[in-house]
Amino acid sequence: MIGVSEEVTPGEVNLLRVQEVEVHFPVKMPLIQQLVSREKQVVHAVDGVSFDLRRGEILGLVGESGCGKTTLGRTILRLLEPTSGRIFFEGRDISHLSQSKLRPLRRRMQIIFQDPHASLNPAMTIGRAIGHPLQIHGIVRDAEELRRAVLEIMGEVGLTPEDQLYDKYPGDLSGGQKQRAVIARAMILDPKLLVVDEGVAMLDMSVRAKVLELMLSLKQRYGLTYIFITHDLATAKFLCDRIAIMYLGRIVELGPAASIYAEPKHPYTQALLQVIPIPDPDKRRKKILPRGEVPDAIHLPAGCRFHTRCQSVLPTCGWEGRDFIELLDEYLSSISVAANEKEVLGSIEEWWAKGFGAGRKIDEKDPQKLVEKVKDILTKALPAMARAVQSVELKGDSVIVQFRTPDQLLRTSVANDTVECLLYQQSNSTVPH
Amino acid sequence: MAPGETLGVVGETGSGKSTLAKAILGVLPSNATVKGELVFRETLLTQMNDETLRKLRGKDIALIFQDPMTRLNPLMTIEDHFVEEIQAHESVSAEEARSRALEALVSMGIHESRIKNYPHEFSGGMRQRIMIALALVLNPSLLVADEPTTSLDVIVEAQILEILQDLRRVYKMSLLLITHNLGIVAEVCDRVVVLYAGKVAELGPVREIFHRPLHPYTQGLLASIIHLETKELHSIDGSPPDMVTPPSGCRFHPRCPYMQSICVKTVPPLVEFSPGHFAACHFGEKFL
Repeated sequence: MIGVSEEVTPGEVNLLRVQEVEVHFPVKMPLIQQLVSREKQVVHAVDGVSFDLRRGEILGLVGESGCGKTTLGRTILRLLEPTSGRIFFEGRDISHLSQSKLRPLRRRMQIIFQDPHASLNPAMTIGRAIGHPLQIHGIVRDAEELRRAVLEIMGEVGLTPEDQLYDKYPGDLSGGQKQRAVIARAMILDPKLLVVDEGVAMLDMSVRAKVLELMLSLKQRYGLTYIFITHDLATAKFLCDRIAIMYLGRIVELGPAASIYAEPKHPYTQALLQVIPIPDPDKRRKKILPRGEVPDAIHLPAGCRFHTRCQSVLPTCGWEGRDFIELLDEYLSSISVAANEKEVLGSIEEWWAKGFGAGRKIDEKDPQKLVEKVKDILTKALPAMARAVQSVELKGDSVIVQFRTPDQLLRTSVANDTVECLLYQQSNSTVPH
Repeated sequence: MAPGETLGVVGETGSGKSTLAKAILGVLPSNATVKGELVFRETLLTQMNDETLRKLRGKDIALIFQDPMTRLNPLMTIEDHFVEEIQAHESVSAEEARSRALEALVSMGIHESRIKNYPHEFSGGMRQRIMIALALVLNPSLLVADEPTTSLDVIVEAQILEILQDLRRVYKMSLLLITHNLGIVAEVCDRVVVLYAGKVAELGPVREIFHRPLHPYTQGLLASIIHLETKELHSIDGSPPDMVTPPSGCRFHPRCPYMQSICVKTVPPLVEFSPGHFAACHFGEKFL
């Protein structure tokens, strides 16, 4: 455990330490709902993330939209304040530092956004935009020095001929040139850490490579450390030393790029790798895709958050009441279901789900029939889900489907990676068949 | 394009991919002039009056955009979208239109209970599936899809592409797939058109294009794909030309590594170098 002292720890090899960081956003609700609902709803954008970043390293934060990668990137730079957890930059706890204390640090940590068009003020010349940070931080003495510094960095990032481009407006530049200008503006402060949020996603293929090469060469020359946020595992593979795969606010797998790609451990990582198109028409293949889409980050799935879509899901992964409701809903809406079955099961609105249970009040004469029908439907569920059911029984005036409690999910070391998946946990106890 | 065929149109920003799609559908801005011929099942689209074209559009030729929210009206329920579209083309009762809407939605994996929902109540992937359902509810014979998966996540993208392929197989629908993603082209297309600066640089069967590209632009484009096997990065020098005053001769000549004097002077014709494989390069045979 690192102390809370604001002093820079001597000999600290990590530029950045992120410890159990959570970033939650309150959900805006109408006043009536606020009064009625007892719980405050929050979006769990980042929900317990830890990693260290060594100096000179490129770490890829990879995941789909809504996984929290951008929120995490912004929180690291303290553009957002973490709800809990700690962030140490150069050994100093910056988790809750005030804006005035952050400002001098901001010179050393910069961000590059996805859309270069949106990052540049259309009414500001390129030269002025790039030099702006120097003025804000009061680093240059006069206009002469400012211009010299700007021209120099423009040359460094390949924005040439510098003299001609200096007085141009963003509208006169191509996409690749604009992104170079954005990089120059970040680099002019001589930062240590650069967070690149989908920095090449909007660029055309033919210029993407050039910008990536620029980032690599700047890293070499200035000893930069990068956090590269992307949804594109192919680009991340080329660029990154280590990769963190994020899903619904958590890092599900973290390890050296080489090992993540050669042997992805987490089923989600495997799925992500599988969907990358192979640019060879002779290598077409049938993909096994995860079901559905990413669940919302307000009502997180129990247990492993990926269990609702996972191909390798176990009975212990976190099956809960609402998973049964979903199964039932799917069943009831399929065309082949006979009317008398629907009568026995009732409409989906009559069912409730709470935690690991789901149920319905009984009103028919033969409640046992409903129990049997529910059991029958469970045979159509995924085997892992069916085996997670502890009981289907009559309790008081209700039929209750009860799931077992999931096994606790722990970060597990597998070879060089850290994985959060029950498949790799020793203590993993499965339900007998 | 043959019935049931998937033709990929690839090119970078500003290459004219979307403009081509709009021209096919006759939805270009009014200041545009269209020359040449657009023939759809033996009829000239370019000579059709607005009224006839409107009847064709949506029914026989459908379009999917990149961003579903540009197509879906935020103030209309999903059901209303379907009823409006079906009734615009066919004289059926609202009742029947609704039942067809339901069928189309369910076939796209959208639950029937959600038909009265508004667009904002759906996720991005679901909206795109609704758009596809809307485009297909009238059984078009040609679907023009302009970057249909670009705004989606990678897994949802793969799901949508799978749906499009299944539909093509089942309904013998032709698909014109506009994309900048060559990986997707390799995975789903039968033939490919490579556009550069508003002109066809190369056209041919997907295998030919990927294994034996004849145009230096296609070669550069293929080399610049970043995929899992990428060991070295490649890019094409320079940037796409200004289309107000495009370069003389071959429009790619300022960026071409093999540029000769003829390339500056003469526009290269589109030549068939092998059966079905066309390229507009003076030196195409060199790469055969």
